[in-house]
Amino acid sequence: MLRIRNLEAGYGKLKVLKHISMHVDAGEIVTIIGANGAGKTTLLSTIAGLVKAASGEIAFKGKDLRTLAASSIPALGCVMVPEGRQVFASMSVEENLLLGGHVVRNQGKQVLEELLGHQYDLFPILRERKGQLAGTLSGGEQQMLAMARALMARPSLVMMDEPSTGLAPLIVKGIFEVIVRLRDEGNTVLLVEQNAKAALAIADRGYVLETGKVIVQGPAQDLLGNRDVQRAYLGREKIEV
Amino acid sequence: MKRIIALLVACLLVIAVELLCSWTGTLYYLTQMTMSAYYSLLIIGLCVVMGYAGQISLGHAGFFAIGGYLSAALTTRNLLLFHDSLLVRGLDFAGLLVTGKDIYGGALVVVTPWAACLFAVLVAATIAFLIGIPVLKLKGHYLAMATLGFGIIIYRLALASSYFGGADGISAVRPFPLCPGLSVSGGPSTRVENYYIAWGLVLLGVILLRNLINSRIGRALRAIHGSEEAAESMGVDTARYKLYIFVLSAVLAAIAGVFLTHYNGGIGPSEASVMKSVRYVAIVAVGGMAHLWGALTMSIVLNFLSLRGVFGTYDDAIFGTILILIMLFAPEGILRINVGQKLLSLGGVFKKGGRKD
Repeated sequence: MLRIRNLEAGYGKLKVLKHISMHVDAGEIVTIIGANGAGKTTLLSTIAGLVKAASGEIAFKGKDLRTLAASSIPALGCVMVPEGRQVFASMSVEENLLLGGHVVRNQGKQVLEELLGHQYDLFPILRERKGQLAGTLSGGEQQMLAMARALMARPSLVMMDEPSTGLAPLIVKGIFEVIVRLRDEGNTVLLVEQNAKAALAIADRGYVLETGKVIVQGPAQDLLGNRDVQRAYLGREKIEV
Repeated sequence: MKRIIALLVACLLVIAVELLCSWTGTLYYLTQMTMSAYYSLLIIGLCVVMGYAGQISLGHAGFFAIGGYLSAALTTRNLLLFHDSLLVRGLDFAGLLVTGKDIYGGALVVVTPWAACLFAVLVAATIAFLIGIPVLKLKGHYLAMATLGFGIIIYRLALASSYFGGADGISAVRPFPLCPGLSVSGGPSTRVENYYIAWGLVLLGVILLRNLINSRIGRALRAIHGSEEAAESMGVDTARYKLYIFVLSAVLAAIAGVFLTHYNGGIGPSEASVMKSVRYVAIVAVGGMAHLWGALTMSIVLNFLSLRGVFGTYDDAIFGTILILIMLFAPEGILRINVGQKLLSLGGVFKKGGRKD
């Protein structure tokens, strides 16, 4: 579904991503883990078109995303849940969702209503709060709103940037359960996480990013057992050695 | 429902003011109310650009002047000398010219007001479109400076060009006949009908903008205000929507310019001046940025007072002061101010040297 080859990108002269190659197939959860500054968010932003790629290729369902404007990518079915939620604070929950449905605007009111209903079923708390301003929701609720808003576009690939940031462990568990449910319903998820253990526990495959390069990749279970990964990202050094 | 009630109340207030004025024999107030209404048309457009889409423009007096000046020039400048040129012949063929007599009794050939009005608004829209494409890529003070530059250019052009009358501007602009028996013109005999023409136009503008704000486009605009990147990643073509609303507000400004010019029977370069743009921004800020009715209310109050000469020669100074005070004490607008709380924190502002949040 998504195929990245030799991708280089960055900000000005600073190259953050160095020759990244990876792929995501339909129906799987792929996670990208790595420390702060490894380039995880830059990678997602580059796929989403917010950061321009310097070289390499990004093919999504056979289309080259590099030449497209950020605003035309969601219509292809590739939607991002940005880091730190970024819900529109001064708009109501429902307005946020309707905005997420911006790309399906020409398919009629009924489609929009159906999509709204689907998100409310997935996140019942949002139905209760639909008239409330998004800025007044709790962190966990905002994360759910950001996810539901992305799902309004009926994406074939959902990219999530650190959904666990700043949330209580119990809430994170709930969010991750929803991600698994999304996969089970046939969605494809590209999940960027610092919480490597939790991410690998639900993912099918994973990539470990370090200073802009993919250093290890493989099935999530293998990565969980990989010594280097454990030492660097799972904090098991003392136990294992 | 709430929207309809608000609109009904506004209509009733418009009628009430007229009745009150005719009852108390102060119909001359309606002249300033009419002029305030035309300025308000510009201000509600600017309110959507600033408050909802989160962009700033210090050049809206420029669009107002483009509308006013072009309409004034086309309906007063004699085309008799050029009557052989292809353009004038074409205009004549299309029935867009009228003949008359100038003040010395000479023959006069000018463009009809309708055609002039349409042309003026079209030019304003085109210019807004063309400068909007590069300028709206800027943010914050950079956008303010670029639009300020545009405003200054229009002001200097109006002042420098003899076609537009230089420092004198254009006077003796003819009335604008909307339909038989109804025309936009000053003077005591048509005062009441012009008051209703102006307010009808403003309320139409409010209806248009209200519907826009509550539509998909409005949601997209508010999302742009929230975070342009987040809006982009929702599939909102931010550049297009910003341009769209910028052009729309320029069109409203140009229409206001056209009508007010025909109502006043003239236009001068002060209408294009940067202080006018600052005044419009100040009024939108006083009204509470994302608050259409607030902007409208404050626009009427402040424009009316200013036009009545209450502020005297300190007019511009007053509007500058208002802008400073609003930014310091009521950035949410004067209608949302919590007076008691503000008074309590008043001392604090001076001690701590500014707002913390």
